[in-house]
Amino acid sequence: MRSLFILLTVLLFVLILVLPFLGILAGAGAEGFAAIYEALMRPESLHALQVSFIIVLIVTLCNGVLGILFSLQMVRGPWLAGWLRPLLNAIVDLPFAVSPVIGGLMIILLFGPNTLLGAFFENVGFKIVFALPGMVMATIFVTFPLMIRELVPVLTELGQTAEEASATLGAGPIRTFFRVTWPSIRWAVYYGLALTAARAIGEFGAVLVVSGNIVKQTQTATTLVYQDSIDQNLVAANSVALLLGLISIVILLFLEWMKKRKEDQLHAH
Amino acid sequence: MHIEVRDLVKTFGDVAAVNKASFQIQNGHLVGLLGPSGGGKTSILRMLAGLEQPTAGEIYFDGKLVNPIPVQDRGIGFVFQHYALFKHMTVFENVAYGLKVKKQKRQAINERVYELLQLIGLEGTENKYPHQLSGGQRQRVAFARALAPKPRLLLLDEPFAAIDAKVRKELRLWLRNLINQFGTTTIFVTHDQDEAMEVADDLIIVQKGRVEQQGAPWDIYNHPASAFVASFIGESNKLKAPVALQGFPELSAYRAGGEWQEGTQVFIRPEAIELRATHHPQTAEAGEPGKITHVHFRGDAWYVEVELAGGMTLFTYQPLHQEALQAGDSVSVFIQQLFVFAPSDIRILENRSRKGQRRLYVYPTTEKRSGSK
Repeated sequence: MRSLFILLTVLLFVLILVLPFLGILAGAGAEGFAAIYEALMRPESLHALQVSFIIVLIVTLCNGVLGILFSLQMVRGPWLAGWLRPLLNAIVDLPFAVSPVIGGLMIILLFGPNTLLGAFFENVGFKIVFALPGMVMATIFVTFPLMIRELVPVLTELGQTAEEASATLGAGPIRTFFRVTWPSIRWAVYYGLALTAARAIGEFGAVLVVSGNIVKQTQTATTLVYQDSIDQNLVAANSVALLLGLISIVILLFLEWMKKRKEDQLHAH
Repeated sequence: MHIEVRDLVKTFGDVAAVNKASFQIQNGHLVGLLGPSGGGKTSILRMLAGLEQPTAGEIYFDGKLVNPIPVQDRGIGFVFQHYALFKHMTVFENVAYGLKVKKQKRQAINERVYELLQLIGLEGTENKYPHQLSGGQRQRVAFARALAPKPRLLLLDEPFAAIDAKVRKELRLWLRNLINQFGTTTIFVTHDQDEAMEVADDLIIVQKGRVEQQGAPWDIYNHPASAFVASFIGESNKLKAPVALQGFPELSAYRAGGEWQEGTQVFIRPEAIELRATHHPQTAEAGEPGKITHVHFRGDAWYVEVELAGGMTLFTYQPLHQEALQAGDSVSVFIQQLFVFAPSDIRILENRSRKGQRRLYVYPTTEKRSGSK
């Protein structure tokens, strides 16, 4: 009985994780390494990877700062009376529950060219939908909870007495944050940033809706894979997918290492 | 630093943690805020520190209103119950923190930190991290950290609560000496009356967010201003129902049938009870007849329970050098003194049958004595 379960687990693991990845590997390598290199060096590939990179960079930075500020308010905000805190807590998780496509759609409905806000921004020369700002917004929407969900439990466990001690010793809020709070939440923040980056690289649905998937303009690596596979350009699709997969694996290994650091730090009290 | 607190109020939601507390503290005094858990002591301390904003009322340091001054500018030192050391900093960095904030020169910081480490007996630990120290050592580092910037007011929140009993005793004597040496005005919160009595020059008894009484430990023990203080400080026998006790004719005035008058409480300290075996030749004085129901060895004395003829049970301590009593012995119970707290007055009644020692204290009711003015 026990060996049956083990067998089932291994089978499932092979079926949904190992095989697809091997499939990508085989698909990409079907015409040799030169083909992979060529597929990745296409101008549209390079552009798409660059767009993805820019989005990941901006989103990770935004999420880092916003996530820390938001988490601090979530845990400690004195103005969050009674029912407000649980409500906010639920809203933070909304992007987990809602399909990214709907997230993207909401941005189009809000900032599309035919809407009041969209028209306003377009007039001042700031295009949101079918442009980078909209894609960044869509990705922030999707990744927003990751940082907060990492930080809130750490901040809750940390408590405030060390910060209070810092204040009684004459330190202002900024010094207290950087000298006392930051060293204790540092690894949780890094972990949240890595999670955000990993999720942002792989984001597809929301970005596809918002970007319009315009080649060499708003196409990201994931939407390029989609485009290539529709165009039956399987070697190219698999090559880009392979690169994305490898990046994800690196980030995952990095996360594993970081988790260990984070736990070590938590338990060194 | 002279401290004055006027009508301090702190409410959390609908609950008033502190309810019109007023008191004054003289410069250089070591004062214990003593009271049952949840009585508002810690809230008062945190408001003095500026960690909590009062709902109403004023706090003055040396006559200057400090309500609008944030924590970091009040010039206080605060020691937290669970030390709150910076766990990612070494002992040296912890103690030096307040000095670095003040932008002192490195040389001055080094000197001050080593001076303090020597004072707390932790030389050689400067490069250790807090988790490498024992509880008592951590607490001493916390003291050193709070004292380093030379605060004019030191606030301690249950400083010994998390330390085991034996170390706690050593540490509080050590702290007392340390504070006397510095002469810093100090307020500490505790729910442990032994600790408060042993360490403090002055006690402020806090209950339900109010100041019940302020005074020297001796005064508070011997002249409690309210029934609460009498029962909270030291041990007391409470007389639940009136009994006629020889030598206390005044007691009858507080009776209403088989009960005490509304709001009246009567207490007897265990040390005000003398027990004598009935066959003893010295039993000349009048006492209540009683029977020993329970004897228990406490190390420094016998704990004795005695039942009076009326059915009332009292407890007391019998010194070891006196004749050992046993359960079932008949004794004469002589009560020297009792406290009466009535709505109309508060009295300490002395036994009138012992001639020459007849004393009677009458002083005004709680309201006038408990205030600070």
